[in-house]
Amino acid sequence: MAAVVSFTRTTIGKKMLMAVSGAIGYGFVIAHMAGNFHAFEGREEFNAYAEGLRTIGQPFVPHTGLLWVVRIVLLVAVITHVWMAIDLSRRDLASRPVKYAKKDTVQSSFATKTLRYGGTAIFLFLVYHLMHLTLGNAHSNFIPNDPYHNLVSGFQNPISVAVYLVAMAALGMHLYHGVWSMFQSLGLNSRRTDLFFRRLAQASGILLFIGFSIVPISVLLGIVK
Amino acid sequence: MASATDKNEFFTVAAEPQVNSNIPPGPLAEKWTQHKFNMKLVNPANRRKHTIIIVGSGLAGASAAATLGEQGYNVLCFCYQDSPRRAHSIAAQGGINAAKNYRNDGDSVYRLFYDTIKGGDFRAREANVYRLAEISSNIIDQCVAQGVPFAREYGGLLDNRSFGGAQVSRTFYARGQTGQQLLLGAYQALSRQIDAGTVKMFPRTEMLDLVIINGKARGIITRNMVTGKIERHVGDAVVLATGGYGNVFYLSTNAKGCNTTAIWRAHRRGAFFANPCYTQIHPTCIPVSGDYQSKLTLMSESLRNDGRIWVPKTPGDKRPPHQIPEDERDYYLERKYPSFGNLAPRDIASRAAKEACDAGRGVGPGGLGVYLDFSDAIKRLGRQKIEERYGNLFEMYAHITGEDPYVTPMRIYPAVHYTMGGLWVDYNLMSNITGLFVAGEANFSDHGANRLGASALMQGLSDGYFVLPATMGNYIASEKPEKVDINHPAFAEAEAEVVERTKKLLSINGNRSVDSFHRELGKLMWDNCGMARSDESLRYALSVIPKIREEFWQNVKVPGEGEELNQELEKAGRVADFLELAELMCIDALHRTESCGGHFRIESQTEDGEAKRDDEHFTYVAAWESTGVGKPPVLHKEPLNFENVQLATRSYK
Amino acid sequence: MKLTLNVWRQKGPNDSGHFETYHTDKVLPEMSFLEMLDVVNQDLIAEGKEPIAFDHDCREGICGTCGMMINGVPHGRQIAGTPTTTCQLHMRFFKDGDTITIEPWRAKAFPVLKDLVVDRSAFDHIIQSGGYISVPTGAAPDGNAIPVPKPKADYAFDAAACIGCGACVAACPNASAMLFTGAKVAHLAALPQGQAERYDRVLRMVDTHDAEGFGGCTNFAECEAVCPKGISIDVIAQMNRDLFWANLTRSQPKAKKESH
Repeated sequence: MAAVVSFTRTTIGKKMLMAVSGAIGYGFVIAHMAGNFHAFEGREEFNAYAEGLRTIGQPFVPHTGLLWVVRIVLLVAVITHVWMAIDLSRRDLASRPVKYAKKDTVQSSFATKTLRYGGTAIFLFLVYHLMHLTLGNAHSNFIPNDPYHNLVSGFQNPISVAVYLVAMAALGMHLYHGVWSMFQSLGLNSRRTDLFFRRLAQASGILLFIGFSIVPISVLLGIVK
Repeated sequence: MASATDKNEFFTVAAEPQVNSNIPPGPLAEKWTQHKFNMKLVNPANRRKHTIIIVGSGLAGASAAATLGEQGYNVLCFCYQDSPRRAHSIAAQGGINAAKNYRNDGDSVYRLFYDTIKGGDFRAREANVYRLAEISSNIIDQCVAQGVPFAREYGGLLDNRSFGGAQVSRTFYARGQTGQQLLLGAYQALSRQIDAGTVKMFPRTEMLDLVIINGKARGIITRNMVTGKIERHVGDAVVLATGGYGNVFYLSTNAKGCNTTAIWRAHRRGAFFANPCYTQIHPTCIPVSGDYQSKLTLMSESLRNDGRIWVPKTPGDKRPPHQIPEDERDYYLERKYPSFGNLAPRDIASRAAKEACDAGRGVGPGGLGVYLDFSDAIKRLGRQKIEERYGNLFEMYAHITGEDPYVTPMRIYPAVHYTMGGLWVDYNLMSNITGLFVAGEANFSDHGANRLGASALMQGLSDGYFVLPATMGNYIASEKPEKVDINHPAFAEAEAEVVERTKKLLSINGNRSVDSFHRELGKLMWDNCGMARSDESLRYALSVIPKIREEFWQNVKVPGEGEELNQELEKAGRVADFLELAELMCIDALHRTESCGGHFRIESQTEDGEAKRDDEHFTYVAAWESTGVGKPPVLHKEPLNFENVQLATRSYK
Repeated sequence: MKLTLNVWRQKGPNDSGHFETYHTDKVLPEMSFLEMLDVVNQDLIAEGKEPIAFDHDCREGICGTCGMMINGVPHGRQIAGTPTTTCQLHMRFFKDGDTITIEPWRAKAFPVLKDLVVDRSAFDHIIQSGGYISVPTGAAPDGNAIPVPKPKADYAFDAAACIGCGACVAACPNASAMLFTGAKVAHLAALPQGQAERYDRVLRMVDTHDAEGFGGCTNFAECEAVCPKGISIDVIAQMNRDLFWANLTRSQPKAKKESH
């Protein structure tokens, strides 16, 4: 425990907590994206997949048992990630009380510079997303236990699709820098690996954006009905 | 020609010289060991009761402060820079000599000793130089242990290169930033002691006077360069490690802040100034490009390992270098000094460049430059190897000149670089003022009339890590300095003088800036007391300097106030001291009618233009005692006895 | 060349400061940036005004004393890919008629003392808290007793080349000194001599870094882009790695002040 607490002593330690929680989120979004593709197999398959998530591990664990474990882990990761982000950002902003009248950057990318704002957007989207497709209170035609219906009817609304696309762009950008950043913060990066991690991050950002956008766009275009 | 014993209107000679070198008896090789054993020691528990003031935090100052702090003394260390890591030792590029003989090429302590004595044109003390050569190996060990990243070979062992004035490969280096790495090593050792609480550091603090109580150096008066506050500091001994005075020439390779104030104020309080005319003109600097020039940039002498120096054979040949065919080039160093070639010592290489340019064969704008050409080396070793050895130097050259030295040969010209002269010290590095020690370039001790490349770093660290820590203990233990505090009248008096002087500078409010005076003085010194000096030029300079000084004190303009960060005020105080020092340099140069090392008198040369020494009259150290501004100083002669080496004509042919 | 300069003027640490505009037509392309300021200052002195205070010393790019924001980039931008110190920036990289904005380094940990002069003693404090190898003078074994593989030695040198100018802090959106701190940590961690204190060192140095008021690293890598010595953010990864291990295996070491 002392070792874990010692990570919260320093800005670097806090960054590591961000990196680890980010890694959990990274793993989750990849799995989530892959799961979304079941939508192309039709209602039965998709709903079976959704039900399958609840019944994993049975009979050794109760119904939705493992799902809750995953949910709790994700919740802790999100809280840690956001908490550390706020804590570090406050410190970072305070470390330059007088701003430059003129400031130029030399090499940081748009994705890097917008990480903080993109992160905020993703967090807000997360709330919306849960209310939209999990809880249903932001959904006009929500039927519990019929995720396929909720998905299709949800994405027939172009505004929802637009929100999703913007959010996925933000996520893509976040990963475009964040995945490399995660390895750098954990000290796993070095001169030899730098290019690999940068490309991995860029590929992650682009592929996840595309992967997550396919389903809503397909629904909107009537490919998935 | 005036003989050495003559006095002229500019100085008098002391009938009974007050300079005792305190060289220990015994055979040369055993002097230091025996002396260390004979010296008294201070009990570790008592050391913390003794305060040692160290002014300067370069190689000598930082290493002394770190080591004395580590031994347990209470050390106060001062520097004008904002951090001790910035002292100008940091700019030394090429390397540091040590008689390790890792190459098995015939090196030894004795050879390093002999090379240094010979390089110094037989104007240094044998005993000091031998000690330096002896300690050189320990310095390398110490620095390696501190984590200094010296260059290494693929086998993991330390790499060496050769340097001017030596035929063995004994120079250890860290790319072209050896001074930086050694200084950071000393800075880190110093930081460790600051962390431990044994050293208190005063950055951005300038020493403006020395306080002497009962004939002993007991404190200093400083100015806090941020608040302008004048402060008193008391100690049992004072160490000055404030570097050289090359900035008297305005244009030099020294940092802009390098100054003579600390040692000059000590001189005015009674410390003898030895051999002030010995100045080293470094052969490989980037040529001056215009009147606005604020400083000169050195390119490490190590470049002469692989670069070949040449000028066109025909005067006035304005063709670009690659259009000049091989047989129309004069590789003059290789021609004149076949055995040392491009590695001839600095004074010789500098003068040869001046000769070539004076003959109209100089290259570049203004004709004040010679080529340093790497095309052969690039062909032989490949660009990558050259980049590895000199990458940062080439980059620096490209930054400054906008030319790519991998393609076009570098242009170089000599510039003032180092001052061998400095405060006179005995074997223990103590000046003639009891309790005032002087280390590094600030003293005169080890290089004679010319310093060999890669020897300044060696001397600074030898003084700081090994010599001072040994002799300081002996001083404290035998002198047992009595208790004094900053309320002593001597402190009040010195402080009042400093305050008065500062007020004066601020109140003149004339028409000329400090820099304009500094430039005027510098040009006068370069033209008349530079690479070649004559009776006529020196007398001329001596007639002009007092006039500049007089005008300075009536017409200088120092804006701002005393109680704030005021860079013009800082400069004004330093230039005021240069204006006094310049006069002493010319007097010394005028009195020494021989040519030796960095001091070349036109009247004293051989038929083929080489420097001609006058051993009969000048085998001595000239230690000057101040009698006041503009008054003739008194010359104290310390004879140099050569018991182990034979005085010979220095030949690098 | 004719130039217009917008220069930050601040009388002292407690003054709020403001920009002043100066015009000069005496600039030559061969001048260094600091020589250009010298020229402006000489004119200011002649007009009876106070010259612009700026830190500088060696003017050959190694002491790390000089440094200012020039048009929003520390030490100015000359050619893409080759950052330098202010003293090595030459006027040939500017055009006739340019307007140049000059500001001091801005960071909570680097308070302005006057005009363009800032106090960087926070850097010294970081080094004092462990940026060294504890070896008493005279206690060292032969220099060749421990071979150091050349790649290791070269890596150590690359990190040790830091001149402590503060451009990394100035460029960082968070005014973080991670590149500076990481450079020393990585230099000493690469050498066999530095192993004994390796993990205590990183714990103390990072602690001091944070205590001095620098921000955290957000991996923008702006620092390495402006570092005059080309130090790579590799050193930050190295420091992170060492800190990770230190956090798992060590408790926080105490400061080493001895009773005096």
